[in-house]
Amino acid sequence: MSLDFRELSKQVYGEVHIAQTDLSLNPGVFNVLLGPTLSGKTSLMRLMAGLDQPSTGSVWFKGQNVTGIPVQRRNLAMVYQQFINFPNMSVFENIASPLRIQKLSETQLRPRVEKVAELLKLTPYMQRKPSELSGGQQQRTALARALVKGADLVLLDEPLVNLDYKLREELREELPRLFADTGATVVYATTEPHEALLMGGYTATMREGRVTQYGPTHEVFRKPHDLATAKAFSDPPLNTLNLKRTEKGFEGEQGLSLQLPPFQNVPVGEYTLGFRPHHLQIQSNGKEILELSGEVTVTEITGSESFIHLRWAEHDWVAHTRGVMHFPPGKKLELYVSPSKCLLFDDQEQLVLAQV
Amino acid sequence: MINKTINQKAWFMVLPVLALVAFNAIIPLMTVVNYSVQETFGDNLFFWEGLKWFEEVMRSERFHDALGRQLLFTLLILLIEVPLGVGIALTMPRQGIGVTICLVLMALPLLIPWNVVGAMWNIFALPDIGLLGKMLNGVGFDYNFTQNTFWAWATVVAMDVWHWTSLVVLLCYAGLRSIPDAYYQASKIDGATSWQVFRYIQLPKMKRVLTIALLLRLMDSFMIYTEPFVLTGGGPGNSTTFLSIDLVKVALGQFDLGPAAAMSIIYFLVVLLLCWVLYTLMMRNETN
Amino acid sequence: MSSITLKSLRHSYLQNPQSEEDYALRKIDLTWRDGGAFALLGPSGCGKTTLLNLISGLLKPSEGQILFDDSDVTSLPPDQRNIAQVFQFPVVYDTMTVYDNLAFPLRNRKLPEAELDERVQRVAKMLSMQNQLKHRASGLTAADKQKISLGRGLVRSDVNVMMFDEPLTVIDPHLKWELRSQLMRLHQQVGFTMIYVTHDQTEALTFADEVVVMYEGQIVQIGTPEELFLKPRHTFVGHFIGSPGMNILPCDWNDGGAVFAGHQISLNGNLSNPASTSKLQLGIRPEFIRLASEGIPARIQRVDDVGRYRIIKAEVGGTSLNIYANEEVEIPSDSLHLDFDPDHTHVYCDGWIHEAKGQS
Repeated sequence: MSLDFRELSKQVYGEVHIAQTDLSLNPGVFNVLLGPTLSGKTSLMRLMAGLDQPSTGSVWFKGQNVTGIPVQRRNLAMVYQQFINFPNMSVFENIASPLRIQKLSETQLRPRVEKVAELLKLTPYMQRKPSELSGGQQQRTALARALVKGADLVLLDEPLVNLDYKLREELREELPRLFADTGATVVYATTEPHEALLMGGYTATMREGRVTQYGPTHEVFRKPHDLATAKAFSDPPLNTLNLKRTEKGFEGEQGLSLQLPPFQNVPVGEYTLGFRPHHLQIQSNGKEILELSGEVTVTEITGSESFIHLRWAEHDWVAHTRGVMHFPPGKKLELYVSPSKCLLFDDQEQLVLAQV
Repeated sequence: MINKTINQKAWFMVLPVLALVAFNAIIPLMTVVNYSVQETFGDNLFFWEGLKWFEEVMRSERFHDALGRQLLFTLLILLIEVPLGVGIALTMPRQGIGVTICLVLMALPLLIPWNVVGAMWNIFALPDIGLLGKMLNGVGFDYNFTQNTFWAWATVVAMDVWHWTSLVVLLCYAGLRSIPDAYYQASKIDGATSWQVFRYIQLPKMKRVLTIALLLRLMDSFMIYTEPFVLTGGGPGNSTTFLSIDLVKVALGQFDLGPAAAMSIIYFLVVLLLCWVLYTLMMRNETN
Repeated sequence: MSSITLKSLRHSYLQNPQSEEDYALRKIDLTWRDGGAFALLGPSGCGKTTLLNLISGLLKPSEGQILFDDSDVTSLPPDQRNIAQVFQFPVVYDTMTVYDNLAFPLRNRKLPEAELDERVQRVAKMLSMQNQLKHRASGLTAADKQKISLGRGLVRSDVNVMMFDEPLTVIDPHLKWELRSQLMRLHQQVGFTMIYVTHDQTEALTFADEVVVMYEGQIVQIGTPEELFLKPRHTFVGHFIGSPGMNILPCDWNDGGAVFAGHQISLNGNLSNPASTSKLQLGIRPEFIRLASEGIPARIQRVDDVGRYRIIKAEVGGTSLNIYANEEVEIPSDSLHLDFDPDHTHVYCDGWIHEAKGQS
């Protein structure tokens, strides 16, 4: 194991920033920390870096307890939201700076700096100062510095958030590949589920100072262990519906009564049914069991897709469909969900596995 | 837990600092406390006097007068320097070469040694040859700061304002610069007057730095010694003898170490109390 | 409320602009109708913020005119233009309550207290902030502060245009959805002319009836989200809109048709022969490439699973392209054949779309 937390927690003035956490991040892979603002991503990163000390528990790296070791003595690199470079140094000197600290000679460091600059497409700008670069290039320089250092642990704290949409798309695609060959353990914090999916690798979802699940990104997305994880990993937000399991089937608000074949064996009790916006269909394909009638509140159209915001009983839902659909507010729509796409959570908000 | 002990060890790192603080703050302070409750006639002979010196100082008219003068002086310079400083900060340019020029000009008085400030103003204000003194007399005032109490006060206050307003300006300017442009644009759009912009945007955003400026000026003005000492020597008569000047007169002039020590402690406690009151008031405002 | 017309608007931050490059904004002619929802979309440095500041009056244009309805406001200061604006970072008056924040613009306009109260209450209700009116503004979340900035515009009856400068930058993704749909509902309710400036295509496309795409100080296309998606007039628009953007592929012209990597590409409409000197490109969106049993052979480089769909990165004759595949599609392991939808395959000449005669 590469990076382990054992019974780790962090309180500041009695306020819980990180609830007790046991977590082992896989070595040499791209790990995403996904959660909304203030869910503890940055706090956890600071503990990983050794910038903060945990209140209880310990941090282990490559089998060694590194809890008390200051950040200077750990071989790690960090990139932040803000574009942080040495303002009075050229791009070349910026990238070379970690190597100069390692006391590498000019002939040793030059090829390494040039190679990294090439990878990050900075070669034409080597003699410029950071202030003469665009935001994207500034962040590339910061990333190059992290990359050239050859750190064992690379912490990226929402590095793309201050960049333009298209630049973000471009760097998002490059990032996992950049670090793939270095053998470094990378941790990437983000608030956007879409970004986590694009990054691939492993994802740890966070909510209110707690890691709710950790695993291969697509597994966490498709099989969230609990409702909190499903919510943290859904954009647009997860649609939910309260159900009660009775002898006959499932019952819900507005006299809803239905059968959910994969879940017919669950015991009597209260449940929450979750389904993602792209699984909420407005056209039947003949296979759905769940049929509802919702009222349109607003329709958002991107040119290729439509986000139809709906109201059903007291719930706000979103249906994410392909194609351009103009629906006036107040229009009633028939809605379809395939039970096989549903996530069922029990009254403890834990996932109930389908009986296939 | 193992980690707990590792963490606790770090406290030992504080020891050198503690020793240093003890050496340069606590030990001298204890000496003063020591003197303040005893009588000494030299030869390292001490007699226990209890709170006698404190009672004496607290009852003495001389102390009351010095304290009164001190409070008046502090009040005056705060009333002038803070609004003036805020005003200048508001009119300073926000960009261009003017910024550098203004900042350098503002910083100049702060860089001059305190005794030089006193000497400068002494020469500047001399009624017969000083520029200021000669001018004031020229326009018909009977200006003489060494003989007239009013003019002595006016000169001391003017000197302090000249010397220290820059500090308030620089702090406020830093506070103003941190306000994003969007605030000004939004207030324009909302139809706010410049007074409203000041009252609802600039002042709230300056509050923190203004608190610091006020506290600094309060403490500094209470401890003012060098400049008035060089300028007026506490005169005419005792009219500009502030607490610190009085203290030195008692301690070194008359060598009454006991009362001087008691006075120092009272002086220290008064400054501490004032700061605490002001700080709490400001912070309470902040949290509400 | 009013319509907005920009006439030959140009702006340079330099005193004496020499060349076209010195202009941050190069000649804009545009009309926005009354009561519409518009977006200005482009990467940073494209001039969209400059344009916004010209309309709000924070900047004076070097040349040209700005009309609100028929009156020329080019030389009016911001406070006389009757605009409202929401900024990137929330602007609230920290020392005031939510109520006083909302009432502030009305008090400055000397509105009678009774009418003021009625309006503030109504807007608070629209924003679902009725219960927070007595709270101090400084303690609110970023999203609530941004709602107040919006509310200070909504309370006024004299607003000609309401402008948004990347208002969701500091808002969490799940709240973005809420605020965005709330904003659209508000637009339908109050009918203000609204201009939304952003670099985020999703925000621009979902908000606006009509999007203005800007690039290097120029407007490259004005259109509905659908038009921008289906028929980008410039390769930049094709690339910028959509995620991933349009595949822009090098092609040749041969005998009245486009040839890509040695394959004849079927196109719709009768296209004239483009000038032989111009650079020819083929544009097709990942969504309009189908996996087929025959067609253009391609080799799969990588498949990215984005949960809801997958993006296949494939290579054809040294050119790589993206293909969209939804959850159901079976993807072969290494090689496949591609079929371009002729309705949505466009030819670009020197970056601009090449169209059939008689079509606009």
